[in-house]
Amino acid sequence: MTQLSVRSVPRAPAATATPSSRLELLEYYLAHHDDLALCAQASLEWLARHAGVKRSICLIVDAESSLLAGLAGTGVRTEDVELFSWPLSDPRDPLVAALSHTGPTALRGGRTNGEDRGASSTLFGGGSSTAIPLRPGRASDETAIGLLLVKAAIVLTPDVAWLVTVLSQKIDQIRGRGSLAEEARRLRRERALFFTIINSVTDPILLTDTEGRLIVANARAEKLFAASEEESEGRRRAVELNNMLFSAALSRTAVETPSEARELLLVDPSDGSDLLFEVLSSTVEDPREGTGIVSVLRNITDLRRATEQIEENYQKLRVAEAAARAERDRLNLIIDSVADPIIVTDQGGATVLMNAPAEELFTVSMTADDTAQRTVQANDAHFSSFISGLLLGEGGPGEIRRGEIGLMNPQTSEPIPVEAIAGKVLTETGELTAVVTILHDRREALERARLYEQLKSASDELQMRVQSATAELATQNELLRRQAIELEQASRLKSQFLANMSHEFRTPLNAILGYTHMLLQGVGGELPANVRRQLQRIDSNGRHLLTIINEILDITRIEAGKMPMQITEFDLNEIVQEVMTELDPVITRSRLAVMPRLAAASSPVVQSDRQKVKQIVVNLLSNALKFTHQGGVEIAVEYVPEERAASISVTDTGIGIAPEHHDKIFEDFRQVDDSPSRQYGGTGLGLAICRRLASALGGRIVLRSNLGEGSTFTLTIPADAPQ
Amino acid sequence: MTDQNAPLILVVDDYQDAREMYAEYLQFSGFRVAEAKNGNEAVDQAFALKPDLILMDLSLPGMDGWEATRRLKADEATRHIPIVALTGHALAGASEGARKAGCDSFVTKPCLPDDLVVEVRRMLSATKHI
Repeated sequence: MTQLSVRSVPRAPAATATPSSRLELLEYYLAHHDDLALCAQASLEWLARHAGVKRSICLIVDAESSLLAGLAGTGVRTEDVELFSWPLSDPRDPLVAALSHTGPTALRGGRTNGEDRGASSTLFGGGSSTAIPLRPGRASDETAIGLLLVKAAIVLTPDVAWLVTVLSQKIDQIRGRGSLAEEARRLRRERALFFTIINSVTDPILLTDTEGRLIVANARAEKLFAASEEESEGRRRAVELNNMLFSAALSRTAVETPSEARELLLVDPSDGSDLLFEVLSSTVEDPREGTGIVSVLRNITDLRRATEQIEENYQKLRVAEAAARAERDRLNLIIDSVADPIIVTDQGGATVLMNAPAEELFTVSMTADDTAQRTVQANDAHFSSFISGLLLGEGGPGEIRRGEIGLMNPQTSEPIPVEAIAGKVLTETGELTAVVTILHDRREALERARLYEQLKSASDELQMRVQSATAELATQNELLRRQAIELEQASRLKSQFLANMSHEFRTPLNAILGYTHMLLQGVGGELPANVRRQLQRIDSNGRHLLTIINEILDITRIEAGKMPMQITEFDLNEIVQEVMTELDPVITRSRLAVMPRLAAASSPVVQSDRQKVKQIVVNLLSNALKFTHQGGVEIAVEYVPEERAASISVTDTGIGIAPEHHDKIFEDFRQVDDSPSRQYGGTGLGLAICRRLASALGGRIVLRSNLGEGSTFTLTIPADAPQ
Repeated sequence: MTDQNAPLILVVDDYQDAREMYAEYLQFSGFRVAEAKNGNEAVDQAFALKPDLILMDLSLPGMDGWEATRRLKADEATRHIPIVALTGHALAGASEGARKAGCDSFVTKPCLPDDLVVEVRRMLSATKHI
């Protein structure tokens, strides 16, 4: 530190202040009589204008805080002045020491002697400066009330000295009067600063008394807890509610551990939404204000929401995981329930999964015998080679590979030919992750194929046989058809021939019978008895021949289907009587009693072919008379109106017919005795014709007879013959 | 000898034995008889003699009995003469065909001369009654 002689400093060219300029400054002092900073500032500017001191700072001693503080400055940064604060505790400090000097003190800039702590270099950006003590009185031993710092060395001109004097006096005057106001301003600044600080905090901060009444709140907290009368009803209510909630929370806090964070749900007064806060409260003790509680609220609404979201996602994950596990279990069950072996291998060919049927082929218990072990190894080798074929891309680029593998049952050493179908499992990006192989036991299929072949050959053989048989049958059918045509033709020719022949027979027979008749009638005069008897023989033989011819003709006509039906209404009783009349000569000659038993109850009137019914009855009665030697013949007519059926039965006491001959006698040209030496005459056509006629009338003839016990022939016809 | 007023019967048959047999027996039975051996003769005789009855065999050479009957029944002069058909054809439709042709009666051969005379007398009396 160096005590500079002012006189040794070279005089600097400077403007000399006029008396009017001094007066101006003093007038300013009067106008701002109570503002220390303004007066100081005006003084420094006056120096700059009138004394050529461009850069200067006014420092003032704050006795209360023992600090040297910046009051005003010119040619320097304002904040350097305002923020300047220098402790007075060290008397050796050049600035502090300067306060005790009577004259100016030169201060060196930089760090040359280590003692300079850079106060002036802070103010002027380095370099030396001069400190001039400000003393209101004349006594030089008095401690200065402030310092005037000027850049570089200065010549203490009368103007500078004057200014130092008037400024010192003015500062002293103002400080003597206005230290309280100054203090109040300082407090206001501090308070403003305090509010600026707490308002800049985004979390609501409150100071309340123990009852929860608001003492201090930052802007955020005010939004939640304070509302003026002008604000909307909803907002006021929300604020009221928030206050109640907060008080309740605080009262709980008082009971419980104070510092512990707790949650508080409030309402956002601006939009009514829920806001969740975490409240950190701590109690502050102030001897003057009493006990208060400082609470910091942290908005954790979003945090809670995020937490809930995380929780929800976690639950979803759990559910998804459970579903995946269930799906996997289900898949395992499905795979195990498949009868065919299924094996899943990874991209390296190692087995990942196999179902129970596959395990039977590819796993073996430790206790199994060597054969089983070897079989399993062999199976494994076969399978591995198949899979490696797929992995190496053999058999084309496809994702599926088919092949046949000859495996063996480890338990029974039975060969099992299988068809293996392996499919690649690819990821979305096409990478191979696994290979699924299904082995299908082909034994059944092979056996089926073998059986099918057998069946097919048998079937083919059968088909061939059927074809040849069918062909043969067709040939036979064709032959038969031709034969049938030929037969039909022959039959027609036969019928035609017989019809013609019968005509040819009749013509001469007509003449024979005619002339015989004429002779017997005596056309040629009376005849001798023997000639007459001879003519009668001609007559009876001629008539017999005519009967034969007529019967042959009948058969022919029936067979040719040329028997016309003439349906009329007639009484069966009449038919019986007519027949008896017609056959009267025969009856008389037989000397048998013929008993008619006519249907008396109701008249047996039927719709049928009268001529044919009569022909049948004539035939039956003729037969009865012919084959009966003693006893009698009965003709009975029965009619059952309910059934619309009628019957005429002829019963004799004749020779009878053995049951084995019952069918025979209805055949053409047959008698029971058809030997050439037979006893009874007749063509043997009578019953055959009768049966055919009865059938044509829709009826039938039934025979009841035994050898030696007589016979009953019954003709049954419907009352309405078919047209 | 035969009464000149006795009914005149025209016997038409190509078979001489039968024709003469019936003619002889009819004369024996008291009728006058004329004969024809085929259809043309029968029609000619019928127009010429105006017989009281014609016995007409249906199977005739040349014009057959059906045709002759149709012609006679078609003519005003001979329509009234009863014609009794005689046939050896007993096959179905023979009598129906004869009636269609215009025959008034139908007799199947063989027919005994006596039966024929009975039929001729029946037809004649029936015609007279009309």
